[in-house]
Amino acid sequence: MSVLRPMDKLPDLNRATVLLVGTQDALLQKLAESMLQEQCASELRVHLANSLPLPSNVNRPRIDLIVFVINLHSQYSLRNVEECLSHVDSSFFLGKVCFLATGAGRESHCSVHQNTVIKLAHTYRSPLLFCDLEVESFRVTMAQRLVRMLQICAGHVPGISAVNLLSLLRRSDSPPSKEL
Amino acid sequence: MDPYDSQVSTSRRRTSNLKDYFVGATPLQKRLESVRRQSSFFPSPPRRKIPQCTQLQEEIDPRKVAFLLHKQWTVYSLTPLYKFSYSNFKEYSRLLSAFIAAERQKGLAVEVGEDFNIKVIFSTLVGVRGTQRDPEAFLVQILSKSQSSREHGEGRVLWTGWFCCVFGESLLETVSEDFTCLPLFLANGAESNTSLIGGWFQKTFDCCFSPLAISAFNLSWMAAMWTACKMDHYMATTEFFWSVPCSPQSLDISYAIHPEDAKALWDSVHKTPGEVTQEEVDLFMDCLYSHFHRHFKIHLSATRLVRVSTSVASAHTDGKIKILCHKYLIGVLAYMTELAIFQIE
Repeated sequence: MSVLRPMDKLPDLNRATVLLVGTQDALLQKLAESMLQEQCASELRVHLANSLPLPSNVNRPRIDLIVFVINLHSQYSLRNVEECLSHVDSSFFLGKVCFLATGAGRESHCSVHQNTVIKLAHTYRSPLLFCDLEVESFRVTMAQRLVRMLQICAGHVPGISAVNLLSLLRRSDSPPSKEL
Repeated sequence: MDPYDSQVSTSRRRTSNLKDYFVGATPLQKRLESVRRQSSFFPSPPRRKIPQCTQLQEEIDPRKVAFLLHKQWTVYSLTPLYKFSYSNFKEYSRLLSAFIAAERQKGLAVEVGEDFNIKVIFSTLVGVRGTQRDPEAFLVQILSKSQSSREHGEGRVLWTGWFCCVFGESLLETVSEDFTCLPLFLANGAESNTSLIGGWFQKTFDCCFSPLAISAFNLSWMAAMWTACKMDHYMATTEFFWSVPCSPQSLDISYAIHPEDAKALWDSVHKTPGEVTQEEVDLFMDCLYSHFHRHFKIHLSATRLVRVSTSVASAHTDGKIKILCHKYLIGVLAYMTELAIFQIE
């Protein structure tokens, strides 16, 4: 199982699973903790990974949302995410992938230009969120938002699907995609 | 001029005025236009020119250039100066020296024009600009007049600062006539003096200084552009400093390369003549990273670039630069001006 597919497993009852991918364990850990502290009607599962593909010998539930965490202070984290993207099935990009860029607050530390990640997110037609995960209050807000997205992606919110959400999150000023 | 010609020129002017009216003629509207342009989808300029010698540069007084080179300057961005005039330099030096004296002896009254122990000199730096439209750069020096130096005629330099604008068109076109745009300010001397003198400029010309931090992203651009410069002989090795973000103590990695090797590497990744593109910068840095990884198994791309020094110039992320090569002075200043304008906007 080298490529992750969104629909190759049956969903578990009332369970929503998110996969956080990024090179910085400490930040991912903190974000995961904040997400688990959120009040939520669904049963949350948070999986962390440094990179993809995931090992195939483990039994894991269906993944409803993948969050790629890019640290703008490290070119390495961007390269890593770019490599991981090739191990994700294209149907995931129908609303079940999002990019999270952290570290934009400290401009002088940035090695990755914001436009590079904007371009990346645009190429994969997926939403891009900016958040300084080092700051606790920002992280809590972001966790709240991700949990809400996860519930939608898992199909636990009646009346709205992942694709619906994707079209709502599209940047208003982005040029219409030509290839579609 | 014959009447036919003049007629053509007036009619042309009228149409251009009309165009201005629709596009947005007032500085405020132009400002808004430029901000809109910047916040549009992918604003970053993907390519820049490799620094070249310019015509104007030949006007520069070599004695003054020598004075600017080989010194460490702290860089600031500066908003346009209101009602600044190049013809009032005498007056400004009188006022500024009185201001400094007054600040030094807080509470005691001073009279403007009195003889203090310090001397302030304003002078223009002829030729330190990119185009004829850029305002002239100028230099401010604070000299101390001690007993011994009075005999020699020259005082000891306490503080130096200079203001310049090199290829600052994007800012110039959006500012009204009462303002002088010199977005880049460089200071050498005690920090307390910088803030004191900065304070005087802020009050007198209604402008605002802010320290210019150079991000790791911009440092890698500098590394590439300065490596790309053709040199007759290299004065210094090309050197990079990376800071490893690990607690509790940070670790620094220095990486020195023979300048000719760096140039050879650059030539192998460089395709478009005379220009530097983002892809080339990324590729150049990636080559350095992979070379380092092969020998030391450390991903430099996960660390932060904090200093770049080449034979052309050196820059630190704190906003300190040192220019070494007289030939590329204008080129280095052009990029710094671009960063300063970006920070102001």
